[in-house]
Amino acid sequence: MSAQPAARPGEAVLEVTDLAVEFTTHGGIVQAVRGASFSVAAGKTLAIVGESGCGKSVTVQSIMGLIPMPPGRITRGRALFRGVDILQRKVIDGHDVRGNRIGMIFQDPMSSLNPTMKVGDQIAETLIVHRGYSRKEAANRAVELLASTNIPEAEKRAAQYPFAFSGGMLQRAMIAVAIACEPDVLIADEPTTALDVTIQAQILDLLKELQRRNGMAIVLITHDLGVVARMADDVAVMYAGEIVEKGSAEDVFYRAAHPYTLGLRAAMPSRDTAKAGLQPIEGAPPDLFAPPQGCGYFARCPHAMRLCEQRHPRNFTVAPGHESLCWLHDRAAPRVAPELQGGGAK
Amino acid sequence: MTALVEARELTKHFALGRGQTVHAVDQVSLAIAEREVVGLVGESGSGKSTFGKTLVGLHSKTSGEVLFGGERLPAVYGAKDFQRWAGQIQMIFQDPYSSLNPRMTVGEIIAEGLRLKPGRDRAAVAAEVGDWLARVGLQRDHASRYPHEFSGGQRQRVGIARALIMQPRFVVCDEPISALDVSVQAQIVRLLGELKRSLGLTMLFIAHDLSMVRYVSDRMAVMYLGSLVEIGPADDVYFRPKHPYTEILTASNPQPDPQSERRRTSITVKGEIASPINVGVGCRFAARCPKVMDVCRKETPVLRSVADGAAERRVACHLFPPAKSV
Repeated sequence: MSAQPAARPGEAVLEVTDLAVEFTTHGGIVQAVRGASFSVAAGKTLAIVGESGCGKSVTVQSIMGLIPMPPGRITRGRALFRGVDILQRKVIDGHDVRGNRIGMIFQDPMSSLNPTMKVGDQIAETLIVHRGYSRKEAANRAVELLASTNIPEAEKRAAQYPFAFSGGMLQRAMIAVAIACEPDVLIADEPTTALDVTIQAQILDLLKELQRRNGMAIVLITHDLGVVARMADDVAVMYAGEIVEKGSAEDVFYRAAHPYTLGLRAAMPSRDTAKAGLQPIEGAPPDLFAPPQGCGYFARCPHAMRLCEQRHPRNFTVAPGHESLCWLHDRAAPRVAPELQGGGAK
Repeated sequence: MTALVEARELTKHFALGRGQTVHAVDQVSLAIAEREVVGLVGESGSGKSTFGKTLVGLHSKTSGEVLFGGERLPAVYGAKDFQRWAGQIQMIFQDPYSSLNPRMTVGEIIAEGLRLKPGRDRAAVAAEVGDWLARVGLQRDHASRYPHEFSGGQRQRVGIARALIMQPRFVVCDEPISALDVSVQAQIVRLLGELKRSLGLTMLFIAHDLSMVRYVSDRMAVMYLGSLVEIGPADDVYFRPKHPYTEILTASNPQPDPQSERRRTSITVKGEIASPINVGVGCRFAARCPKVMDVCRKETPVLRSVADGAAERRVACHLFPPAKSV
C-alpha cells in the first residue's frame, strides 16, 4: 500500500541532525533542545536516556509534529525519514508519514487513547485513515492486531472501552494502534514508566518480539538505565537539551566517556552496588532559559576545568561510533579521569 | 530482637457496598526492630501503602493490632491519639507536590507539628526550623518561601524535615523517591541514610524499586494482593528468592548491564495482579504462578520459616516444607 519499499535491515531510517527546539513562555524563551543529532537503523533500537527536562521527549515530539507552535519553535535542524526531511513536510508520495510510517506510543496510555471510543475502533481508525481499509476490513484487522500484542480474547476486548482495560492492557492496545500500519519506525516515549515491573517485562518483550517480526526501528525514550540495557543496541544520553554521549550500549555502559553518564550509573543501585556505594550527583541541571555558555554539566561535574565553564565542548569521537561532548577528550586535557578518558582521545 | 513496632495479623478491608469488600491488607504480621530498616516491596494494588498508612493510624484497622514499644495503638485514631503519637511515629509521603500545603510557607509547614510540643517561643521555633532546613540540605532563608518555588527533590527534603523535626522513633517512608529523577533519588536516599544513622531511626521503607529497596533495607518484605508472601534479610530475598512471586519480581527487574540483560532468558509472568475484591481461599498468586499445585487453590499458605532457610527467613508458599521446630 505504501509507495516506498520496506526498509532494508541496517538502513538508517531516521536521521536527526542538529535539532534545536525552543518554547516561548511567560518567563522567557526556554531552549529545550539545543542541537541533537542521532540516527537509528531498521531493526535496531536506539535508547535516548536522560532525566526530566533534558529534552528527550521534546526531541521525539518535534519529529512527530506534536509540538504546539506557538509557543514551540524548531529553530534549526533536520529529521530525515528515509532521506526526506519530515520537519518540512508531512506527506511523502501522497501518504502521511506520522501515524503511518512512524508510529508512536506514550507513557500514559489512559490519557492517550480516546475514552469515548471502543478500543477496536481506535485501531481501525488508523487503518481507515492511512491505508484506505473499509470499516469491515479494518475491524477484522484490529482484532488481529490486538491478538498480536498478546491480549487474550481479542475479539471481546476490541468491543470494550479503554476504562475496562488495565494499564498494561492499554499499553498493548496503544502498541496495536502504533503498529497497525507496519511502521518503519516506532517511537516509544517512556512506554513502561507507569507500569509495574512484571508488566514492564511483558511489554518490553512484546516490543522486541514485534521488532523481530517486522524489522522496525525503535526509538525508546526512558530514564531507566535497566530498561536501556535490556532493549538498546545504541544509546544516546541527553542532558540539558544536548546529547552528551552516544554509542553502542556496550560503549555507553562499559566504556562511558562522559562524566554525566558515569554519574548516572553511580547514582543508581544495581546488583553489585555495595551498601555504601550509591553516589548522588549533587546539584541540579542548569536553567535552560539562560543556558550556560560552556558545558551544561559544568556546575555538577567532578572533573570541571576552567575551559569547561567558558567554552562549549566539542563533540569528540573517542572510538568509532562512540562520541562524547566533553573537553576531557581534548588532546591537551589533563589526564584527571582515566575511567573516562580511556586510551586517549583521537 | 526486641521489636519497636509490631503488626499482628493487621487487616484493612474497604467496604464497597453491595456486599463487596476490598481486601487491601489481610492478616499481615511484621515486627520491626529498633533501628532496623525494613523495605516493603510489591506492585500497585499489593496493599503496601495501605499497610503503611494503617500502621501509622491514617487508616483505621479492620482487625489485628499494632504494638509500639509494647503498647497497643488505638484501632481508630482520634485527634488526641494523633497528637500523642505524632512525636513518636511519622510518615514521609510519595508525592512531594500534593503532600505540602501550597498556601503555607515552607517554614510554617515544617513548624506545624511543633505546636504539639509546648514551651517554645517564636524565636526558638524559627531557629529549630532553620536548623532542620540546613540539616536536610536546604538554606535557612528558604523558610519564608512557598512549596511551588522548589523542585521535586527539594520538596521531598521539606517533607523529610517536617517529619523528623518531631524527633520520631519510627518513620514510614511511602515511596519517598518514586516521583524523583535518578540522580535526585540517590541524593534523598543518602540523606535518609545519614539521618537514620544520626537519629537512630527505625524505618519502614515502602517502594516498588527492588534495587533501591535492597540497597536501603536490612530486611525486605514482599507483598502480593494484600498478603505478605516473603520476608528475610534484604540480600537473601533479592538474590535467593524463594517464593515464586519474588522470583519473578526480581527477575523482571532490569539491570543496568546490557550483556547480562541479553543473556537473560525471559521469564515473564503471565497475566496481571488480580482484583483484591472478595478474594477467596487459596494462595493469591496461584492464578499466575508457574509452579502452581492443587493444594495452592485449596489452602491459603501461611508465612512461616522454611526447612532450608534461616529462622528469620519466612515464606508463604506450599512449595516449601515447614521448618522442624527445634
